[in-house]
Amino acid sequence: MEQPGQSGTAEPTTSGMITVTFRIRRFNPEVSADASWEDFTLEIDSKDRVLDALHRIKWEQDGTLTFRRSCAHGICGSDAMRINGRNRLACKTLIKDISPEKPITVEAIKGLTVLKDLVVDMEPFFQAYRDVMPFLVTSGNEPTRERFQSDEDRARFDDTTKCILCAACTSSCPIYWNDGQYFGPAAIVNAHRFIFDSRDEAGEQRLEILNDKDGVWRCRTTFNCTDACPRGIEVTKAIQEVKRALITRRF
Amino acid sequence: MSTETANAGTGAAGSADGERTYSVDNPAPVIAPPRARTGKTPKATRGNFEMHTWLFMRLSGIVLVVLVLGHLLIQLVLDGGVTKIGFAFVAGRWASPFWQVWDLLMLWLAMLHGANGLRTVVNDYAERDNTRFWLKMLLYTATVFTVLLGTLVIFTFDPNIR
Repeated sequence: MEQPGQSGTAEPTTSGMITVTFRIRRFNPEVSADASWEDFTLEIDSKDRVLDALHRIKWEQDGTLTFRRSCAHGICGSDAMRINGRNRLACKTLIKDISPEKPITVEAIKGLTVLKDLVVDMEPFFQAYRDVMPFLVTSGNEPTRERFQSDEDRARFDDTTKCILCAACTSSCPIYWNDGQYFGPAAIVNAHRFIFDSRDEAGEQRLEILNDKDGVWRCRTTFNCTDACPRGIEVTKAIQEVKRALITRRF
Repeated sequence: MSTETANAGTGAAGSADGERTYSVDNPAPVIAPPRARTGKTPKATRGNFEMHTWLFMRLSGIVLVVLVLGHLLIQLVLDGGVTKIGFAFVAGRWASPFWQVWDLLMLWLAMLHGANGLRTVVNDYAERDNTRFWLKMLLYTATVFTVLLGTLVIFTFDPNIR
């Protein structure tokens, strides 16, 4: 792991600026069928984020560098990428925390089609998300007031409400990488959010969907997803809770 | 993961002269994601098979810890260790139904546990459907053969064989 104490060891200057090399995986189908690494060196504040560095590269060095970002503050989940071999949000990763004395590798998240540079096709990811019905399902008349829920009932699924659909967990999952139809951690997390919601009435349906051959039972409990989640969701625990719900439902 | 980019026809495109082959109007093919839905994508499955196998792995694992460690202890540690094992030792043990049941249970659980584990490994790692199918057929054949042979031996064992 990175030690915070190491910050600034890479050519410290009075202004806190350091020279950092970014090794970025470039792919442009309009130029070549092959992806390749390209190095960019820039002088940047060590307390800046990787996203700031990407902006600087795009604005000052190479305008063709392509990546997604919207809010740039860790809420929208657009800029998940593989930084130094780990899935992170570029807007939440400080350069000083990821050993800037060595070249910092930045590449697109794995398991999804790379369209250009760091941009991937998220459609299969959202397909799996839609498959688990990530919306409130109720029966009967709509109440005239809010649907009440106790603090305990709300706390039951609090962890999984934090998901921002950045795909960092799903694209870190070795089962998702391989040639399968596994739903992926993010879809299961969002199913968990409604399965354990006391106001929702389609938990049984969602469990049946996740009981599929490519549902929760393909999870191998490698904890990659929990490690990758930029929101600190205990993803693997949520998947295990869905498994437990499936088993206790039947026996 | 499959990295077929379907550009086998443009062999020259691999190196520096890729610029000549690909342009804005003729972009390179991208690598299809594994989860893309195609006509060959299997339908969603009904039934609890995967749940039962998952549960079986946990339960048989617990039982196997007792059975296998006990087996190893008796065979290799107690009473002079491995040197005592001979035809007479096996014949003496299998005279008792308790050890027959122990060995039979261990055989079945260990074989099914291992076979199911390998099945998931094959499912996870085989890239092509054909490879996956034949690897699993090989696995099932070996499993069935070993289980049947072992069961046959345990039930038809004759200590007075000449």
